[in-house]
Amino acid sequence: MQKMSYFIASIFLLGVFLTTSAGAANQEFPVPPPPFTEGIFPCSQCHASMEVNRKKRELKDEHTKIRMHHAETMRWCLDCHDAKNRDKLHLYNGELINFTESYRLCGECHGNLYRDWRAGIHGKRTGYFMGTGKRTYLLCAHCHDPHEPKFKLIVPEPPPFRPTDRRNVK
Amino acid sequence: MNLRKAMESLQGLLKETWHFYKKTLILVSRGSRIYYAWCFSLLAIIIVGFIFYWKQHEMGLIETNMTDQVSWGLYIANFTYLVGMAAAAVLLVIPSYIYQFKPIKEIVVLGELFAASSIVMAILFVMVDLGRLDRVWHMIPFVGSMNFPTSLLAWDVLVLNGYLLLNLFIPIYLLVKFYYRKEPNWKFILPFILLSIPWAVGIHTVTAFLYNGLAARPFWNASILAPRFLASAFCSGPAIIIIIFQIIRKVSSVNLEDKALFKIAELIAYSMFLNLFLLGAEIFKEYYSGTVHMASFKYLFEGLHHHNELVPWIWAAMAMNVTAFILFLIPSTRKRLSTLNLGCLLIIVGVWIEKGPGFVIPGFVPDPLGEIHEYVPNLVELMVSFGIWALGLLIFTLLIKVAIPIETGEFSHTEYEKERPYLRPH
Amino acid sequence: MSNKNYTRREFIRNLSVTALAGLSLPLLSSCSREEAEDFLQKHFLEMTGEEKKRVIAKLEQRYLEQYGRKFQISTQEALPETLWGYGLELSRCVGCRRCVYACANENNTSRYARQLHWIRVLRLKRGNLINLEDSEHYYTPETVPEKGFIYLPVQCQQCQNPPCVKACPIHATWQEPDGIVVVDYNWCIGCRYCIAACPYKGRVFNWAEPNLPKDEVNPNVHYLGNRPRTKCAVEKCTFCIQRVRQGRYPACVEACPTGARKFGNLLDPKSEIRYIIERKRVFRLREELNTESKFYYFFES
Repeated sequence: MQKMSYFIASIFLLGVFLTTSAGAANQEFPVPPPPFTEGIFPCSQCHASMEVNRKKRELKDEHTKIRMHHAETMRWCLDCHDAKNRDKLHLYNGELINFTESYRLCGECHGNLYRDWRAGIHGKRTGYFMGTGKRTYLLCAHCHDPHEPKFKLIVPEPPPFRPTDRRNVK
Repeated sequence: MNLRKAMESLQGLLKETWHFYKKTLILVSRGSRIYYAWCFSLLAIIIVGFIFYWKQHEMGLIETNMTDQVSWGLYIANFTYLVGMAAAAVLLVIPSYIYQFKPIKEIVVLGELFAASSIVMAILFVMVDLGRLDRVWHMIPFVGSMNFPTSLLAWDVLVLNGYLLLNLFIPIYLLVKFYYRKEPNWKFILPFILLSIPWAVGIHTVTAFLYNGLAARPFWNASILAPRFLASAFCSGPAIIIIIFQIIRKVSSVNLEDKALFKIAELIAYSMFLNLFLLGAEIFKEYYSGTVHMASFKYLFEGLHHHNELVPWIWAAMAMNVTAFILFLIPSTRKRLSTLNLGCLLIIVGVWIEKGPGFVIPGFVPDPLGEIHEYVPNLVELMVSFGIWALGLLIFTLLIKVAIPIETGEFSHTEYEKERPYLRPH
Repeated sequence: MSNKNYTRREFIRNLSVTALAGLSLPLLSSCSREEAEDFLQKHFLEMTGEEKKRVIAKLEQRYLEQYGRKFQISTQEALPETLWGYGLELSRCVGCRRCVYACANENNTSRYARQLHWIRVLRLKRGNLINLEDSEHYYTPETVPEKGFIYLPVQCQQCQNPPCVKACPIHATWQEPDGIVVVDYNWCIGCRYCIAACPYKGRVFNWAEPNLPKDEVNPNVHYLGNRPRTKCAVEKCTFCIQRVRQGRYPACVEACPTGARKFGNLLDPKSEIRYIIERKRVFRLREELNTESKFYYFFES
């Protein structure tokens, strides 16, 4: 009986150790759903039945709207997307992660920004910053298109009325 | 028995006061044709001004041309000028009175009444500039929540109202004594007269500090502001006094020697020199160091980024001031009434430009975020300003219409006694 | 303004003000049709809880009539141990002005005659930052950011040493314990001395009755913050006092599309703003004026 309880306790402690030792890697952020194009996810609905072609090439049949402009001379699709399980991304050490955790992948190259994002000073957070109210931490992908991350130019809002503007005088 | 005596004397006093007021009404309503024309035209301007003010009161300050960029305009410009006039009037006449400079002795009361009218005008200019006049009770100490001593505006409210009370109390006391043909109790009134000298310096210094203390406006944040204000006040106040006293001399029997006027003009010459010197010092500092903070000076004297509304005005003012300075410096032009009066007019207008719009507006151009917005007063502001000036002049006219006869002895209690022989002292 | 001579002052005040009112009311009718109760309304800091409730109820009724919406006017006090600070990453501001209009919508500012904006975005040429004289306020390019320019948004800096609070002659503006400088809109007399005193042009003035379309009002307001104002009162950014005291980000922080704006509690060592101050190179505008602004600008690149 005593041996059984020791066994269960050690299994329990092992479980605790394994879950906590991951530390920052498993830190939860209240992120909204990733910004997928409509109907594209889950990717396995097409890719599960397809053959894996690891050759770096320009895609001609599908995903033709994606313009690769993110270190494209050094990397291509399968350097981030896992070849065998297309519903996941893979880190450099081969670990598979969900799209909701894509910041871990971005953080592998952009470590400084990842550190700032974790602290909340890079990127965007909305909602409540104190207390128990709902808060939302936007993923990297919500602002930066992972395939073409540079911010596009946007149309500015109109300037304020000049003091002599007709609409400013009664 | 005592009670009966008290009742009788009270009744007598009331009768005397009533007679006095009746007589003053008769005095102010009788005069020459010029007097009627003067009073009625002033009244017309006042009514027009009031109508325009009412429109502004109903719609809000959007009826003026002031904006968030230039949030003080013609009203505060006039206020600054008039505070200077009020200070100078007293500063000029009272020391002369104390030092027994005979030619000016007679006109102390008139100078004080002029100071009172100026202060009334200045206070009115602030009141029309306020957004919510009905909330002005918030400024009353202990009743409202006056931010004393931190806020310079609170100081300004206290010193201006105190000055007004002082400048009403002293002349009224003296005039009542003259009316009763009694010698004023100098031991009683002299401390007040002496007090009004530093108080006059005080009102203009506080007004200067109002602008001076704002670190946000480099054009105003200069220590030279208070001395410049006093120097320019000493130019404009006595100049208008010279003109007023010539008018008084003409329309009444008050004896004012030319010597007095020339002495005042000499004082103006020295003050104008000081004014020009201090202005020169400021210009040197700004132009020689050539920092970003000289932008307002550039706007005023040269124009900034093709905005040069005020440039002709300020140069005209400079020309007027220098011309007047020369006219008052040279004894021959100073002692000739025509050039003297010309000099006075030049100074009144020149200092008004320099101290009014030429001081308030460049403080806001460029604004703290670098924006340049040119301000020009619109019709509402002009009419209201004219209305208040007219009101001040009318008040002064009516006051001296009563004060001069009292001083010359034409209007006194002995007249009253003549009608009631039983009141003559035994 | 302590409560020591409360009743005596109140008596003197009511007596003299009633006398004044009796003499002056016929001449000085109120700017809009408000009753004598509005005329005698006390300073916000001097009101008791009961009086505040009455004033709030009256205002809610008035807003219901004016805008047809049920307003919720909060008088929530400052949270303990908080001092709000703001961070703005200049390398990420693209000058899109979304913050300006988000602020206007959140804070019920007047839309025209006169249009009031609490945030002003300046465009500066690259190579120039501190001298704001060459700034452009009214840029209208087709897209932003423009090459060769940087953008600097300016709003009330909620100074710890505020020159506007020093200048106000009647304590109509003061600094709350959590660092926000607020205005009691019903106490302000519209002298505009505070506008002259502000080095950042953070304060704007309601020159006329504000024009706020009924369908654009935000009914969740704070008495000292974004409740609809009346004419001739000064207003300014309040760090969205109605939001931050409940732990929500201000509207401009949420609106910024590049995430350039950051907000937090300076007294909380784990807050975002403290992280910025400790690790990034921050500066404040016009630091030499010793206003001790709580609006920190910083750069990444």
